[in-house]
Amino acid sequence: MDILQKILDELFEGQDYENCENFMEAGLLDSMDMMDLVAEIEGAFAIEISGRDILPENFVNLEAIEALIQKYIEEK
Amino acid sequence: MLKSVLDYLEKSESEFFDKTAVTDENGSDTYGELADKARCVGTFLLKKGLQDNDVVAVLLGKERVALPAFWGVTYAGGIYSPMDCHAPVERLKLIIGTLKPAFVLTDMANREKAVELIDSDRLLILDEAWKEPEDKEKLMMVQRRRIDTDPLYIICTSGSTGVPKGVVISHRAVIDFTEEASQEMAFSDREVFANQAPFYFDASVPDLYCTIRNGASLHIIPEGWFSFPIRVLEYIKEYNINAIFWVPSALILTANLRALQEVDVTCLKKIMFCGEIMPVKQYNMWKKYVPNAKYVNYYGPSETTYASTYYVIDREFREDETLPIGRAAVNTGVLILNEENRTCGTGEVGELCIRGSGVALGYYNNPERTKESFVQNPLSPFYRDIMYRTGDLVKLNARGEIEYVGRKDFQIKHKGYRIELGEIEAAAGSCRNINRVCCVYSNGKIILYYEGNASKENIQKCLEMKLPEYMMPQVFTALKQMPLNANGKIDRVYLANHSQEI
Repeated sequence: MDILQKILDELFEGQDYENCENFMEAGLLDSMDMMDLVAEIEGAFAIEISGRDILPENFVNLEAIEALIQKYIEEK
Repeated sequence: MLKSVLDYLEKSESEFFDKTAVTDENGSDTYGELADKARCVGTFLLKKGLQDNDVVAVLLGKERVALPAFWGVTYAGGIYSPMDCHAPVERLKLIIGTLKPAFVLTDMANREKAVELIDSDRLLILDEAWKEPEDKEKLMMVQRRRIDTDPLYIICTSGSTGVPKGVVISHRAVIDFTEEASQEMAFSDREVFANQAPFYFDASVPDLYCTIRNGASLHIIPEGWFSFPIRVLEYIKEYNINAIFWVPSALILTANLRALQEVDVTCLKKIMFCGEIMPVKQYNMWKKYVPNAKYVNYYGPSETTYASTYYVIDREFREDETLPIGRAAVNTGVLILNEENRTCGTGEVGELCIRGSGVALGYYNNPERTKESFVQNPLSPFYRDIMYRTGDLVKLNARGEIEYVGRKDFQIKHKGYRIELGEIEAAAGSCRNINRVCCVYSNGKIILYYEGNASKENIQKCLEMKLPEYMMPQVFTALKQMPLNANGKIDRVYLANHSQEI
């Protein structure tokens, strides 16, 4: 999941997202970020995330996003 | 005869007293409750000493409590100015410095921020206003003095110099827009609106006034929900929302995050947008999933009250085309003037200038900028005839529709050719795997910034099919995210000034 870290490093520019429980509550992830983040993840992992999975619980923190990606990789 | 937006509220109060007017995450208010609360706020403000046409800065979240606050200021004969409660204190201080409000009206949730903006004796907490018994007599006396050209609200917009400008809008202007929109869109008490734009944006004006005028209902969608548009669409479905006035960004996001495939929102019958260019790509996605709605592309800066022209989409568009902005609204005069201040012919690009009832009264406490933008109509030298210079370049197409071409300030000359950067943007925006684009001209180079996975080679290949060689960008830079200015639009000034570093 180094690639994900790299994507988030760039997106959050120096913010301590790794210890953040809730990106939304912390104001880290706004709607425009979401569009980029989804596009980045899809490109980097060669997956296509269904609109059904673009939900707060899947993007709430680092673990949640990792789990979501894992799910798609296993399904491949 | 209508003279104040209060006529709308009072009519709907008497006709729809027990009907829900506005709903947010925490509850709802009926028309009766809304009007009562507004009169409490109005009475409270008068008791505190508010004078006619005093400014009241309203610092509240995107919640239904904002409505009785706005209407309360209106009842008391003041001018309300919605503030962004998430804005940095420094920016709010700049705004307060310009507006010099009589009061800042806020609630307990935002009190801490408000304290930094104004002396405590001019800081009013809404929670206290609810306790005020309404004094209808006093409020009526205020209303007898009011006229339709008195200001209703001030909305702040970013100035190119960095100091926000307060656009002053009259009752007449809002009534004019609301009447026509209601007629064109056949709004009635059956309308259920879902508000997207925060109230400090002009884009929320139709939500507020078209709802109340028609005895309709308004649902306020929390700001954060738009990161996960599926939630928004599920809400739309659950509450049978049938009309939306959204900014294109929100529609784009919903389409790009694949929410339309997942939730059936064919309950939407009227889809209206304004504020920036709506790309055909995402419009077509909406049209595919919600085919039976009426789609309307509105155009207009805050200075002319939400919209001055509109186009009811009545034909199909390809991705490399742009949606026209249509024709002038009723009581709106549209002039397309060239650099010699003469009317442009069909196909000739000129600056869009707007006259009419919707034109703002000017920038608050800023005569210099007012004089620059609100000028005498050069075609009408014999009496006072003020028009607003939008800085937007447009042209008439063969069908007589106005087409947006770009900003006056982004017209460039490159290799001797006259080029609109907007045209390059439109072309690049239709390429595959590109979400948003912004084109700037810096140090003799055309630079294309874009969001998306597309490679430079692919964009070049795509553009070669759409643009002459001289319009081809020299630099292609992918950005994680476009930098945005305080109004949420792409910060072109930043991009142009920082092209070396990015």
